Amino acid sequence: MTLSRGTRIVLTAFALVAFGFIYVPLGVILINSFSTDKSLTWPPSGFTTEWWGKAADNEGVREALLTSIWVASLATLVALVLGTLLAFALGRYQFFGRESLSLLVILPIALPGIVTGIALNNVFTSFLGGLTIYTLIIGHATFCIVVVYNNAIARVRRMGGSVEEASADLGANGWRTFVFITFPLMRSALIAGAILAFGLSFDEIIVTTFTAGPGVTTLPIWIYQNLFRPNQAPIVNVVAAALVLVSILPIYIAQKFSNADERGGGLI
Amino acid sequence: MTTTTATPRGFGYRHPRLRLAGLLSAPMAWLVVVYLGSLAALFLTAFWTVDDFTGQLVKTFTMKNFQQVFTNSAYLGSMLRTVSIALLVTLFCLVLALPLAFFMARVANPKWRPLLVALVLTPLWASYLVKVYAWRAMLQPETGVLAWFLDPLGLSSPGYGYVGIVVTLTYLWLPYMILPIYAGLTRLPDSMLDASSDLGAKGGRTFRSVVMPIIFPSIVAGSIFTFSLSLGAYITAQIVGGQVTMLGNIVPTPYVTNLPFAAAVATIPVVIVLLYLAAVRRSGALDNL
Repeated sequence: MTLSRGTRIVLTAFALVAFGFIYVPLGVILINSFSTDKSLTWPPSGFTTEWWGKAADNEGVREALLTSIWVASLATLVALVLGTLLAFALGRYQFFGRESLSLLVILPIALPGIVTGIALNNVFTSFLGGLTIYTLIIGHATFCIVVVYNNAIARVRRMGGSVEEASADLGANGWRTFVFITFPLMRSALIAGAILAFGLSFDEIIVTTFTAGPGVTTLPIWIYQNLFRPNQAPIVNVVAAALVLVSILPIYIAQKFSNADERGGGLI
Repeated sequence: MTTTTATPRGFGYRHPRLRLAGLLSAPMAWLVVVYLGSLAALFLTAFWTVDDFTGQLVKTFTMKNFQQVFTNSAYLGSMLRTVSIALLVTLFCLVLALPLAFFMARVANPKWRPLLVALVLTPLWASYLVKVYAWRAMLQPETGVLAWFLDPLGLSSPGYGYVGIVVTLTYLWLPYMILPIYAGLTRLPDSMLDASSDLGAKGGRTFRSVVMPIIFPSIVAGSIFTFSLSLGAYITAQIVGGQVTMLGNIVPTPYVTNLPFAAAVATIPVVIVLLYLAAVRRSGALDNL
């Protein structure tokens, strides 16, 4: 379809405004973290890096950061194993219930977090004797499986089975084929999936509030607890800005490893 | 996309069923037993009650919790408001995403496409909480960014409330709508558009009769996220909603003491979403996620 010049100009202008809508709030967060104001005030009345230093020295923030990293690492590990197994099962075999299973894997992120949160909370408090950091990790792993799965299954489908057959025909056993053929071909897709899973867990708040044990404070929980405390606003601003910066990094790394075309332009 | 039928050699290749069982057992245990099991327990709990005096669970079937949600005017109001917010957010996401995705897929230079996709994707990975907090700074009455921008124009900032929630949620879920539509548009062959215009269709007609049917599953896929995630957005309502409550806000308060009631409230969005998923499953939209 040949678009008229006018249509093109209108669409381009619209896109500029839309990207502005997407990025202005993130920019405001970054700018506010350098503001001398002690409350959310725009425009900022002055520039200071004081709060970045204070946030770095804040013990609550540092502990929350370490908790977040620990939780996200373990959740990613679990998701990596389960998501990969599932991708091979669904990508290579036809079986009864296959369609339902592919629907089930997206359910934890397609359903509102509050549903998953309350459901898991109910089971954990009734059967596991209460909430701990490990119930939080179970909760996070549940919704992280899908990102690993999505990246892995795209690669499994594209890879096909012929290279592994060739390896077996040349005399390699199953383990050798996995180490020398399958894993190297899967590696970049798995790295991309792992980075995205880590990011998803690191930022999550809703399932976290329902599955974290008492005293388990991740970075988002720390922000949530301090959000409405007026004297904490400057440090909340800094932590928020840091989270924005940290989230930008993984997405660029993940982009390097995963090919969007391969995933059919899928978004997660 | 269909699967490859070639059976990989190696462990258990003579017994593909055994190999499949090995691959499936751990993820199935997690997703079916832990996750579906929890959801099933949640729905079961929704039909139980808590004894007012002892605080113990009474495990007898009753519709009392649902009756309470549907007869209490404050709860019913929150629920209807939540559905209206979810519908509005889905509509606004669609209105913003269509032209933007069209620009990305059909107007912009193809070599810029990966960058544009990355630009849309990046905010999706920024923390949900941080983005809502950003909108707190944007919407703040009088000292917010919008107030600063709109006041000189003689307009006022919407402040915290219904409009604030809709704007914030539209912002949060917009990438979920843009990306599937963009993917759908890039798959649209030029030859089809050429054929349409050769047959005499103008831009609008081509859009309605050729483009829309092809990207419809993408729109459905995107709307699953924008609609479903809006239904549970209670934290957004707490931060930018002012006095306005959503369905999820009913839950955390009675949640500690009255789990069955919380379960009933959480069941409502699930039922709505599952009905929606069942309806769209046949459209092929789920392959686009």
